[in-house]
Amino acid sequence: MASEIHGMGHSMKRKEDARFIQGKGNYIDDLKLPGMLYLDIVRSPYAHAKIKSIDSSKALAIAGVLAVITGKDLDKYGLAWMPTLMSDKQMVLPIDTVKYQSQEVAAVLATDRYIAADGVAAVEVEYDPLPVVVDPFKALEPGATKVRDDKPSNHIWHWEVGDKAATDRAFQQAEVTVKEQIYLPRIHVCSIETCGCVASWDPVEGKLTLYMTTQAPHAIRTVLALVAGHVGLSEEKIQVISPDIGGGFGGKVPVYPGYVIAVAASVLTGKPVKWIEDRMENIQADSFARDYHITAEIAAKKDGTMQALRVKTVADHGYTDAAANPSKFPAGLFSICTGSYNFSNAFAEVDGVYTNKPPGGIAYRCSFRVTEAAHAIERMADILAHELKMDPADLRRKNFIRPEAFPYKSVLGWEYDSGNYGAALDRAMEMIGYSDLRKEQAEKRARGELMGIGISSFTEIVGAGPSKHFDILGIKMFDSAEIRIHPTGKAIARFGTKSQGQGHETTYAQIIAEEIGIPAENIQIEEGDTDTAPYGLGTYASRSTPTAGAAAAVAARKIREKAKKIAAYLLEVSEEDLEWKDYKFQVKGVPEKAKTMQEIAFAAYTNLPPGMEAGLEAVNYYDPPNLTFPFGSYICVVDIDKGTGEVKVRRFVAVDDCGNRINPMIVEGQIHGGLTMGLAPALYEGIFYDEQGNIQGGSFMDYLLPTAVETPKWETGETCTPSPHHPFGAKGVGESATVGAPPAIVNAVVDALWHLGVRHIDIPITPWKVWQLLKEKGVAE
Amino acid sequence: MTHHIQVTVNGTKHDADVPARLLLVHFIREILNLTGTHIGCDTTNCGACTILWNGKAVKSCTLFAVQADGGEILTVEGLAKDGKLHPIQEGFHQEHGLQCGYCTPGMMMSAYALLKNNPKPTEEEIRWGISGNLCRCTGYVNIVKAIQYAAAKSE
Repeated sequence: MASEIHGMGHSMKRKEDARFIQGKGNYIDDLKLPGMLYLDIVRSPYAHAKIKSIDSSKALAIAGVLAVITGKDLDKYGLAWMPTLMSDKQMVLPIDTVKYQSQEVAAVLATDRYIAADGVAAVEVEYDPLPVVVDPFKALEPGATKVRDDKPSNHIWHWEVGDKAATDRAFQQAEVTVKEQIYLPRIHVCSIETCGCVASWDPVEGKLTLYMTTQAPHAIRTVLALVAGHVGLSEEKIQVISPDIGGGFGGKVPVYPGYVIAVAASVLTGKPVKWIEDRMENIQADSFARDYHITAEIAAKKDGTMQALRVKTVADHGYTDAAANPSKFPAGLFSICTGSYNFSNAFAEVDGVYTNKPPGGIAYRCSFRVTEAAHAIERMADILAHELKMDPADLRRKNFIRPEAFPYKSVLGWEYDSGNYGAALDRAMEMIGYSDLRKEQAEKRARGELMGIGISSFTEIVGAGPSKHFDILGIKMFDSAEIRIHPTGKAIARFGTKSQGQGHETTYAQIIAEEIGIPAENIQIEEGDTDTAPYGLGTYASRSTPTAGAAAAVAARKIREKAKKIAAYLLEVSEEDLEWKDYKFQVKGVPEKAKTMQEIAFAAYTNLPPGMEAGLEAVNYYDPPNLTFPFGSYICVVDIDKGTGEVKVRRFVAVDDCGNRINPMIVEGQIHGGLTMGLAPALYEGIFYDEQGNIQGGSFMDYLLPTAVETPKWETGETCTPSPHHPFGAKGVGESATVGAPPAIVNAVVDALWHLGVRHIDIPITPWKVWQLLKEKGVAE
Repeated sequence: MTHHIQVTVNGTKHDADVPARLLLVHFIREILNLTGTHIGCDTTNCGACTILWNGKAVKSCTLFAVQADGGEILTVEGLAKDGKLHPIQEGFHQEHGLQCGYCTPGMMMSAYALLKNNPKPTEEEIRWGISGNLCRCTGYVNIVKAIQYAAAKSE
């Protein structure tokens, strides 16, 4: 029976595949509406400049160009500026000053995308360049050029957590301290599908239908109602439809100016307006990730016992704080930086800074700054181990939070739900053959060959989140599932989340199948249409399984409760005589007397107990009692080419623990993808700016995404430590690998070079960086 | 000013009048309404637009429609025959070789070309064979398995 139901734990093939493998996906750019116009955007070549004039005459003279929209036009409707998710504000189009290279300056509306591009080339903008701020440390110095005229300085906010005095004392008294500066440069998530929308205003109905690449359609609807209510948008007449999305990873959460201009253009013309950004626009102007300058320190005993952690970070946010964090967390969940270790004291502080760069910060599978936190702690753990001449695995084991200590309250305020870090590390070491590798490394080192082994034993924190602490613009971060069973025993379920490839059409069906005994194949899953889906906060930060997945189980259990009453009525027994076994209600001790959910569903419409309401459905808005804490141990083996500085990842073992797995095949796929998005920033990706604020790495010619050639053959393993508070013990896993992988790789490289005097290398660890180090140490070939 | 072209796509002959600068990918997507071929970049790097042109895998974003005049094109929509999935399509489904699905058509067309020229590729040959196609979701492991599945099925 279980094999037909395909409930929890089945690696069933994905239900959504059919349309994708036949080229019938419904992505935004596939959409063609009658009379549709195209929007393209004029962008600033300068990082900081006054706009002297915008001359649209040549553009307007092109046949097919209908309008050129500027900030001054939008300002008439109060739409030149919009609020950000962090209570700052950002420009839709500038009125007089641009603040980053590639910033939107004007928009061209045309009948055809080629003509729109012609129009963009024909708009003439005169700029008066202003001094540029690119270094966040210089930006904080007194007298620095201000990025924002409406702010007193470039310092956005200061955030801190922990006991500073106790931590400082611990450092003063420590036997050993290690300190390191760690820079995680800007990177860009570069989903293969860029961002875009089709905004379609119906002047007769007064209704806006917005097809959009968004990971959070309901939030967008509410934001539009709040921000543009004064120009006629009313929430019941806004429909946001997020169709198939070609990758999100956080990059499709923010509201980009292009969307707002498209909406405005559609409202003004009464025609559908399509805006699709090209790749260069995507890399150069969309939400970035990282850009954290971290100074991390550990105070410890000589025997390697970690005692205190102190972290100070300067966060480069670009010209406005538009990071898509829960509102009370300007630095996201960075305070998970104590990681898997039992610190008795810790203090972390982050200072946000304005610079002349695009805004953002939370858009590369980072789990709300957990990538940054984990990188810091796992690098420091390794530096401490090497300083003390201890094996990095032993050092970690010595300091792991013990399995008996869960639920564990960290000194920075989190209550970790469950964990067994030693078991995951054991499994990883066993899979990779750790002791043999250390022997091999010693032999190779004696011959002058550079081989390194790096460990990362990370703790993740996902499932935002409990209403007490988590909201986006005030909207609590619950999530939802609504399930309805049809008379013939099939079902439909809708959710407040929005998959961008995570496989919800399959996994959500499996959750429900497990709870109510209808095969997953017969449960239709829908997300993304705000007219029909229950309200939710969307899919990002690995939150879907912990929140909406939980809602599915709770709603399904409500259905099962009602089903039990119907079954008792049909079997002419009392409810106490029934048990739910083998996916049906059986009379205890008389298994032949049973009713399946299919029989019960039919009865719900045809043969009900007297007085009972018809139908078989339920909705649940799930407020998680806590976050969940997936974890893992990753081990990476590298060989360094002394002639070229190239780092070759010889092997990479990833052992993940995300509690109970709904579909192991899908979980593994998420991990493979996450590992590759950990490899990429570690070795290949980085966005930098020169002193004039010119972007280096603003197209795929320079910004290197790993292909199948660069990507190793990932080896995965698992342990399973269920979450005690989640309805089916699951934790979420989508971002674990992006969190855990980069420090494992850096630790391996530094491990290979430590004996030469190398303590730390900032990512991306390019061959050029390594070769220069080798040359400096006299070992380059 | 337009040019008259005739292109056979997935076995069907099409006549059209197109501007010289119309990219082949836009011709396929917007004139022929075959939206399975996708656009993912503007520098010929990502491979999402890969199709077969006169038997060779090419990036349709880097060709003009007029260049394809008189030629034969195969897109993802042409892989299945009479409702029966191509072994490559089966392989991607069976081996979980796709997640968001956006790179998938281009990836499958590159796989098609690879297997046409090399029906029994090694893993390394597969990885090089799809090195012109970027994927952000899968980490490539299962894509390799999908292509191995297709190679085995086609024997």
